[in-house]
Amino acid sequence: MIYHLIYDMEAICRRVVQDQLKNSGLKFTLLNRSELQIDQQIPEFSFDKLNKIFHGFGVQIAADPEDLIVLKIKDAIRELIEKGENITVDKNSCYLSKALNINYRYLSRVFSALTFTTIENYIILQKIEKAKEIIAADVLTFTEIAWRLNYSSVGHFSMQFKNTTGFTPSRFRRIINQRRNLV
Amino acid sequence: MQNQLVYVLLADDNEDDRVDFVEAFESLKIHTSVKTVNNGVELMNFLNEPSSQLPHIIFLDLNMPKKSGLECLIEIRKSERLKRLTVAVYSTSSSEKDIDRTFLNGANIYIKKPENLSLLKQSLLQVLTIDWQYHSSGLNRDNFLFLL
Repeated sequence: MIYHLIYDMEAICRRVVQDQLKNSGLKFTLLNRSELQIDQQIPEFSFDKLNKIFHGFGVQIAADPEDLIVLKIKDAIRELIEKGENITVDKNSCYLSKALNINYRYLSRVFSALTFTTIENYIILQKIEKAKEIIAADVLTFTEIAWRLNYSSVGHFSMQFKNTTGFTPSRFRRIINQRRNLV
Repeated sequence: MQNQLVYVLLADDNEDDRVDFVEAFESLKIHTSVKTVNNGVELMNFLNEPSSQLPHIIFLDLNMPKKSGLECLIEIRKSERLKRLTVAVYSTSSSEKDIDRTFLNGANIYIKKPENLSLLKQSLLQVLTIDWQYHSSGLNRDNFLFLL
């Protein structure tokens, strides 16, 4: 019997960061998922050490302000998708510039320079990743997935899925299911 | 990613193809350090050598003599140390059966080998960008499947 796990990413991230920081003996406050306040000066070497500890968990401390902007944009996008909000190009630019209080043209330039992809493409990729996760869990139909991720129709969803991944949703599901049975 | 160096390992027995790939990588705005090996045996020897710098991503020609790309892929996925590496397989075959078989054996990306250099550059840029998202945005690697 195979069971599916449903993750609360927020809780997992907090837990990992908290545990690792406690071990380091530093005084800190976690402001939210992506902002950490350290209540004391830390010498360069322990900063490196911290980064090394976190690295094994896929956590990185971004020291550069532009890296931070990229992280905040990614967080805001993830949140929008998790909530199942309707994301359109003009809506998202408005939302992101409001959320970060920085004008969109600047956001978009920094994002493209640092990630080599555009905010628009990133949103599509994230939506498709979410769709893959739901398909892999094998509980919703494609129509329900399209609806949940705010596509205007299942046809539109299938097309974007195909354009992004190269697979139709049903071929993707078939491969995932077959692969699961092999393990 | 701007200043990041992406380590690429390329396994192909055809010298012309290796030259094309290396040229394509050098032209991209993403900075890569490319190492090439000439066949599957060399690839596995390199990967299994503990002192080797493991790549971010392996580009693997499916059709190689001695040890095929598929055999290498299977060995990589069986190895505790290597199984999380991103593997992009490429081949001239566009048969659905061939393609699905490589995914079932653990490929992350399947590239239908482009016909000219400028298309190759486009595909490689796309592959590196996608791979980077998986490294930097905490995406679920079980669902890391792309067909280009």
